[in-house]
Amino acid sequence: MKRNRFGYVALVALVTALAVPAAGVSKGSAVPTSVGAGEGKLTLVAWEGYTEKQWVAPFEKATGCKVSAKYAGSSNDMFNLMTSGGGGQYDMVSASGDASLRLIYAGAVAETNMALIPSYKDFFTAFQSPAHNTVNGKHYGVSLQFGPNVLMVNTKKYGSTPNSWSAIYDAKNKGKITIPDNPIQIADAAFYLSKVKPSLGITDPYELTTAQLAATVALLKQQRPLVKKYWGLASDQIDLFKNGGSTIGASWPYQVNTLKAAKVPVVGVIPKEGVTGWADTWMLSSKAKHPNCAYKWMQYITQPKPQAQQAVYFGETPVNKKACAVMDVLSKGSCAQYSGNAPESYYRSIKFWKTPIAACGNGKKNCTDLRAWTTAWTQIKG
Amino acid sequence: MSTNAARVPEGSPRGGALRSLSRFSWRRPGLKTFGQISAPVVAFLFVYVAALTALLIQGFWTTDSFTGKISHTWTLDNFREIANAPYPTIILRTLVMASAVTITCMLLAFPYAYFMVRIAGRRLRIALLVATVLPLWVSYLVRVYSWRLILNPDGALNWVLNGLGLPDQNIAYTNTAMWVVFTYIWFPFMVLPVYAALERVPYSFIEASADLGGRGFTTLRRVILPLAVPGLAAGSIFTFSLTLGDYIAPSLVGGPGSSLIGTVVFENLGLANNAPFAAAFAMVPLGIMAVYLMLMKRLGAFESL
Repeated sequence: MKRNRFGYVALVALVTALAVPAAGVSKGSAVPTSVGAGEGKLTLVAWEGYTEKQWVAPFEKATGCKVSAKYAGSSNDMFNLMTSGGGGQYDMVSASGDASLRLIYAGAVAETNMALIPSYKDFFTAFQSPAHNTVNGKHYGVSLQFGPNVLMVNTKKYGSTPNSWSAIYDAKNKGKITIPDNPIQIADAAFYLSKVKPSLGITDPYELTTAQLAATVALLKQQRPLVKKYWGLASDQIDLFKNGGSTIGASWPYQVNTLKAAKVPVVGVIPKEGVTGWADTWMLSSKAKHPNCAYKWMQYITQPKPQAQQAVYFGETPVNKKACAVMDVLSKGSCAQYSGNAPESYYRSIKFWKTPIAACGNGKKNCTDLRAWTTAWTQIKG
Repeated sequence: MSTNAARVPEGSPRGGALRSLSRFSWRRPGLKTFGQISAPVVAFLFVYVAALTALLIQGFWTTDSFTGKISHTWTLDNFREIANAPYPTIILRTLVMASAVTITCMLLAFPYAYFMVRIAGRRLRIALLVATVLPLWVSYLVRVYSWRLILNPDGALNWVLNGLGLPDQNIAYTNTAMWVVFTYIWFPFMVLPVYAALERVPYSFIEASADLGGRGFTTLRRVILPLAVPGLAAGSIFTFSLTLGDYIAPSLVGGPGSSLIGTVVFENLGLANNAPFAAAFAMVPLGIMAVYLMLMKRLGAFESL
């Protein structure tokens, strides 16, 4: 009996622990069960290249919702645009994984009803309820596009094609390595450590305890003297591979394709340890002024054609598996090029960007947050 | 009185409100001065002082890293944090960089400005002045990027070195590259005040020095250089403070271990959403500049601005 009561108390404690971070989530806004007539207007915060005329114009014509977009320069920009002045200035945001959880916990975005999104059933299952936009089984927006963070190698200058991330921590590549200048890069190192040093007990590279973060920082500090450049813009890395003496680095498919087009002999490798990746979500503001147009946009942008158009234009992978055929029509071979036809296990293997937050997946609050990561990153770069 | 005023031929033909306002201010010169300067003073207070005060106050707050909201509880934590690694190193590196850039600019600008003032003919002088300020017409970013093209391992500099039979340089993406780029970019800001200072040295001083037996070098050391010091000091204010706040050059041409004060401020504002710490850290260059300006004032920098 006594034991039972203890169990009951533990359950209450657990529920409370789960409910506290979720408190910011559940407030306000009933989830709509149907989509009404459009309001004639839709305001978006988006990455540049995400609201191109070729797929926005047909939407405006079909729904009468006039789209106006503001481009954000960084994930933090997006977060600030969606929360400043209490939010409500913009209806939707194309948030990446390193901002989406923050938006959810800040109460800036609303739960969305997936029953209203017909294409949802065609999503790869890895993107139906991914951890970066789904909390406690509630969806906050629709998944959009994604891409892996690959290991890029100049095969001619490097001499071989490495199969492990260990190459970017190897002293023999001193002065040839390029690494993204972003604190989220710590997760890449943590992911590598989770494979080569299981004793650290890293299960999720975005949920690091103080000790795990310290071990990761130690690895990255060792790496620093080997690094040619921490690049801020994709074009910086392209320059460095073209004529800057870099032969190996952490990169995105965009750089690989751009360099290939410029006849630089590079390949983008998915090393045996696996990769991290980014994934974007169209999220609905909790104070959206045009919710019906927003739902119409979510219905439209997840259809195969706009999915394929955006994937080909931007060089990323659509979440709708039916987009593959359309991609090949738009640009021959592009579906395979961007892994739009890869087996489900591939998508599951990618550890997608998540905002590092204090609340670990295990219900404890002993993880290091983005603040700690940024400080650590400043220390690593020195 | 008003009938008299109407008969005066010169001045504004208008009577009424404007006229009586002018008469009123003539009688009370204090109020007149106040009326004349109040607009710029108010603008100054709002644009400069208010912005800086807002910044300073932010430095005493913290943000909730979970929701990104600023919590308005007073704390000195941000200022304490500045003493922790790696910030002292970064502050020191920025100071060394700013000093190195300033000294290099001085060494280059003095002979250049001297040549323009004393040796070059009128046409050449104008051509050189235009050449000095010409880079300022081009975007800052273009100038930084062009240096990247020069310094890259496959870039123009190595091409020239190889042509001369010399070994490759390898300074791309290092602090050395940053020093070169800063020196190039801020060079005009040093040349112009030094040029202005040298131009004000009367030729009769040099003749007097020669009459008293001063040879060229003595005249340079004891007459021209002391008179150029205010110009050098004024130029150094620009080169020093501009280097102190820059974050673009470190990110574009710097390498690992090239973070400056500006980089830290940018990363805390732009990536970590930690405006309070950025605000606290931004107080560091402000403090450095306050000390620097006091030193420069002693050297007479403000007479040459």
